[in-house]
Amino acid sequence: MRPADLLASSWRAIRSHKMRSILTMLGIVVGIASVVLTVGLGLGTQKDVSEQIAALGSDLLIVSPGSSTDESGLRGGFGSGETLTLTDAEALASEVAVPDAADVAAEKTASLSLEYGESNWTTDVTGTSTSWADVRSRELLYGSFFTEDDATAAASVIVLGAETAQELFGSTSVVGQDVTIDGEAYEIVGVLAEAGSSGETSLDDMAVVPMTTMVEQLDTSGNSESVDTIYVKAASSDVLSAASQETTSLLLNLHGLASAEDADFTVEVQDSLLDAATSVYEKLTVLLTGIAALALLVGGIGVMNIMLVSVTERTREIGLRKALGAAPANIRNQFLIEAMILGLSGGAVGVIIGVGLALALPSVLGSTIVISGLALVVSVVVAVGIGAVFGVYPAARAAKLAPIDALRDQ
Amino acid sequence: MAAPVIELTGARKTYHTGDIEFEALRGIDCRIFPGEYVAIVGPSGSGKSTLMNILGCLDVLTSGSYVLAGEDVSRMDEVALASARNRRIGFVFQQFHLLSSLTALGNVELPLVYAGVSPAERRDRAMVALERVGLGDKSRNHPGQLSGGQQQRVAIARALVTEPAIVLADEPTGNLDSHSTRDVLGMLDDLHSEGSTIVLITHESDVAARAGTVYNVTDGQFVGAGTEIAK
Repeated sequence: MRPADLLASSWRAIRSHKMRSILTMLGIVVGIASVVLTVGLGLGTQKDVSEQIAALGSDLLIVSPGSSTDESGLRGGFGSGETLTLTDAEALASEVAVPDAADVAAEKTASLSLEYGESNWTTDVTGTSTSWADVRSRELLYGSFFTEDDATAAASVIVLGAETAQELFGSTSVVGQDVTIDGEAYEIVGVLAEAGSSGETSLDDMAVVPMTTMVEQLDTSGNSESVDTIYVKAASSDVLSAASQETTSLLLNLHGLASAEDADFTVEVQDSLLDAATSVYEKLTVLLTGIAALALLVGGIGVMNIMLVSVTERTREIGLRKALGAAPANIRNQFLIEAMILGLSGGAVGVIIGVGLALALPSVLGSTIVISGLALVVSVVVAVGIGAVFGVYPAARAAKLAPIDALRDQ
Repeated sequence: MAAPVIELTGARKTYHTGDIEFEALRGIDCRIFPGEYVAIVGPSGSGKSTLMNILGCLDVLTSGSYVLAGEDVSRMDEVALASARNRRIGFVFQQFHLLSSLTALGNVELPLVYAGVSPAERRDRAMVALERVGLGDKSRNHPGQLSGGQQQRVAIARALVTEPAIVLADEPTGNLDSHSTRDVLGMLDDLHSEGSTIVLITHESDVAARAGTVYNVTDGQFVGAGTEIAK
C-alpha cells in the first residue's frame, strides 16, 4: 500500500465522522492551549524579573560586611557586621588593585526624619560618593548630583528620591528648597528619577548625601569608619567575575585574612539575585506546566477511548479491507495515522488558541506572556506523539481482528 | 486438461470453543478448474460458510491442503494470506460490503490500493470494471445513492478489478429482490461465459441451478460427487 493512500484513507475516515473527530481533538486542544499559555506565562514572568534585576545593573558587585559562612558552615550574619570601612572603599577604587572595576561607591545608611514646614517623613538617608549615581545606574529628574567640592566640604546638600520629594513637598520639582534633619537645613540639589522597587525596598523613597556629610553630621552608629555596603561597578559585564576575584583578594589582603573561607565580608553578583529569582519562577513554570500536561494526558486518554469506539464501530469495514487484501500492518497504520492526525490537528488548534489567549491576556492580567517558537513546535510534536502513543492500543486491536469475524459483524 | 484453480485435499477444520470441539469440515476433496461455474449448497450449519472462508483464504485449515492457483495457501501466515486474497480472489458478499464514504469508483479501486497500484492505473482499471457491470455512468455515486442491485454490481466490479483466479460469491442474491436477483445472476452467467471461474455459495437451489457443477455440503462433507447440471 502506498503511503499517500494510507494518509488519504485515514484522512477520509476522520472527515466522515466530523463531530466525533472534533470531540476527540477537544481534549488535546485544551491540553496544548494550556501548555502554551502556562509556558508563555512562566517565560514572561522570568523575563519581567530579569529585566527588573538587569535594570539595577548587571555589571554590579555588592560587597556586604559579615561572613558568608560561619564556623558551622551555615550562612552567617550577612550584612550585620561592621567589617567594611571607608579605607576598603578607597582601596577598591584603586585602578592598580582592581583594574576591572570602573567605579566604586560605598554606602552608609541611616533612617532619619526629614522635615519641611509642617510635614515630616522618615526615610533611609544614604551617605556615599559622587560616583554613586553612575554605579547604581540612577538618573536625575531635576537638578544635579552633589559635587566633589560638596563632598570635600561635607556640605549640607541632599538629593531626594522622587517618592520622598512627593511625600514631603507634594511635588518633585523641589530643587533649591531646604529640608531639615535634626534641626539642620539641607539644600536639595537634585531629585532622582523613578527606578521602581527592588524587593521590599523602594528605590524611590530615599535620600542621598555626601559620605563626609553623613559621617560628620548625621551618623549615629558611633563607628565613623564603617560602611554598610560597597558597590563595585565592573568595567563591563564580561569582566564581572574578574572584578569579583580582584575585589575579594584585595579585601582579604586588607583585612589580613589568609583564605576566602575566613572572609568577614561577602561579594555578591547581581546575577546571583537573578538566578535566585529565576529559579523560583522556573519552579512555578514547571508546576503549572505539569498541571497542563495532566490535561494533555487526559486528552490523550480521550483519543484512545474514542479510537477504541471507532474500531468497534468499524469492525465490518476493517473486515472488508482485510478481505480485499489489507495486511494487518495496513490496518494498524491506518488507525495509528488517524490518531496522529487527530493529535496534529488538536495540537495545531491548541497552539492557535494558546497564542490567541497569550496575545489577549497580558492586557487583562498585566503580566508579560512570552511565546517561544520552540515551545510551540514542541507542543505540536507532543500532540502528535500523544496521538501515536494512545493510538497504539486501538490500532493493534483493529489489526488483530479476524476478517471472518469482522465481516460477520452486523 | 489444465491445472485446477482450486485443489482441496483432505480438508479438515476444527473449531475449539472452550472444551468443546466442533468439526466444521470433515475431509473434503475438491478440484475446480479454470472457467468452471461451481455452486456449493447446503443448509445452515452444514459447514458451507467454513468452506467459503477456507476457499477465500479468510481462514486456514486444521489439516489437509489447499492449493490455490498453484500456490499452497494452507500454511500461510496472515500477511501472505492477505496478499493471496488480494491477488487471487474476488469476493461478492451478501451484504455488498461497500464503504459508504467512498464513491462507486473508489470502492472498486480499493483492492488495487492494497496491491500498491498507482492512482492513474487504478482509476482506469476500476472504470473498465465498472463499465463491464454496466455502471460506467454511476462511478461518482456513493453506495447510498444506488439501488441494491446496483450496489451488488459495484461489488462484482470490485471483485473483477484485480483479475482474480476465482470470483467467490457468498449468497450474492440473499439481500436482493427478484428483479435484482435475476440481474445479478445474469451478470455472473455473463462472467462465466467470458471465462471467469466462479464459486457460488448459496442455500437456494434455483440459484445453484445456474452453475455447471453443484456440490452439496452436509455435516462438513460433500454428499455424493459434484452434480453436473444439464442445460
